[in-house]
Amino acid sequence: MKEILRLKEISHIYHGKSGETKAIDGMDFAVYEQEFFGIVGPSGSGKTTLLSILAGILKPSSGEILRNISPSEIGYMLQRDHLFDWRNIDDNVTLGLEIRGIKTKENVLYARSLLEKYNLGDFVRKKPSELSGGMRQRVALIRTLALRPKLILLDEPFSALDFQTRLTVAEDVRKIIREEGITAILVTHDISEAISLCDRIAVLSARPARVKKIFENTIEKGLSSIERREAPEFSDLFKEVWKELEFTDEKDKGKYQ
Amino acid sequence: MKRIKGNISEEHRAYLRKRRASTAFVVGMQLFILVQFFLVWELLARKEIIDSFIFSCPSKMWRSFTGLAKQGVLWDHVSATLLETVIGFLSATLIGLVIAVILWSVDPLRRILEPYIVVLNALPKIALGPIIIIWVGAGRAAIIVMAILISVVITIITILNGFLSVDKDKILLMQTLSANRWQILTKLVLPSNLSNIIAALKVNVGMAWVGTIMGEYLVSREGLGYLIVYGGQVFNLSLVMCSTMILTVLAALMYFCVLILEKIVKR
Repeated sequence: MKEILRLKEISHIYHGKSGETKAIDGMDFAVYEQEFFGIVGPSGSGKTTLLSILAGILKPSSGEILRNISPSEIGYMLQRDHLFDWRNIDDNVTLGLEIRGIKTKENVLYARSLLEKYNLGDFVRKKPSELSGGMRQRVALIRTLALRPKLILLDEPFSALDFQTRLTVAEDVRKIIREEGITAILVTHDISEAISLCDRIAVLSARPARVKKIFENTIEKGLSSIERREAPEFSDLFKEVWKELEFTDEKDKGKYQ
Repeated sequence: MKRIKGNISEEHRAYLRKRRASTAFVVGMQLFILVQFFLVWELLARKEIIDSFIFSCPSKMWRSFTGLAKQGVLWDHVSATLLETVIGFLSATLIGLVIAVILWSVDPLRRILEPYIVVLNALPKIALGPIIIIWVGAGRAAIIVMAILISVVITIITILNGFLSVDKDKILLMQTLSANRWQILTKLVLPSNLSNIIAALKVNVGMAWVGTIMGEYLVSREGLGYLIVYGGQVFNLSLVMCSTMILTVLAALMYFCVLILEKIVKR
């Protein structure tokens, strides 16, 4: 498999008024083409920092990233959908095209075809406030996909949704990303979400973040993320990942059980 | 209000009737108070309970009004004041908006200028009257400068605060789409601040009138502010009251224009 990006000894330090904080400490790993790579870590372990560095928005304090794609081929999906209320769905989806000055007829039609394909075709003229949370998150994904990324970064993109919606949207996102043949890196603190979606899962330590271990997910790839949750290997992998996670506070442990 | 097509329940019909009745009552009372106010004023003056030399009365105000109209100067005064106010209002809003954009774009500049803006905002602008007259002359320019000065600082502060309170994550989103600063401004900051800018417009309508009338008190040879000062000096209270009344109507009209603009922009 071909590497899409590789991190070499990446470290990052935040400077604030009251001192400096080491967020990431010597991180090394590679992500391969078309894989769904998960990053699990305790809250506040610098996961978002890591994504910003991968996206090229933030420059790491030291270390090097080798990319086999240009930064413009990286898509980013945030925790909340951040759809603009003053634009309808169609205009929200083409925002990225507009910004990059590539709002050609062909690209607009491509964005529209994605909306149609994922059952949002009837809503192109609607305002975001008229859509449900799950639909909004799918629109946000299509806004990213409209730029035809080769790699997509997902920063806890389901954490703002209720549990029921979360499962279906996660499945939708997995299906869309697989069908479009895109590589994905998902950051989350939800172990079962990571196992249901990802092919490999990296567990981070508490701050400063290091990669403690990378797990291979042996669950059949063809299954849907909901079926994967019922696979026999699921609970074993869950236990292993969970054991690997550190908790700075014993009370926190309860949250992940 | 959206009309529901087809059959509506008896209960809903009753509810709608009740709503209409209550609106009619409120509007009716508002009109009643207005008419009563002028009627009682007129009546008290005619019965000589109040001195109409000092308090004037609606009929005398009307005579002042028609008098001005007959002399053919009514429109001159009204248009002079209106023009100054509109120019002052538009320029203050525009200048305020542009300065807010510049301060938002250049963060160090904003931090350097912050204390100066706060102090300028606290300063009573009317104190600058004599300086303005000396600098730009005792004419129409001085009045417009006054109108601009009185509202420009508060415009900058209101709009800039709105700009700065734009969701940081939305800016991050724009950055992930590789937007530059200008695109973040035009595609995110300005559109998300539309209500905020309209709110500034509403405040500025009032401020522009204050500035213009203040300016006219100081320098003018025409305009409603001039009529009020002149009327006061020659003890023609009917002229003062009449001009004030015209001013009230014009200010209300201009405010409604902003409301209409708001409706159009927000759709």
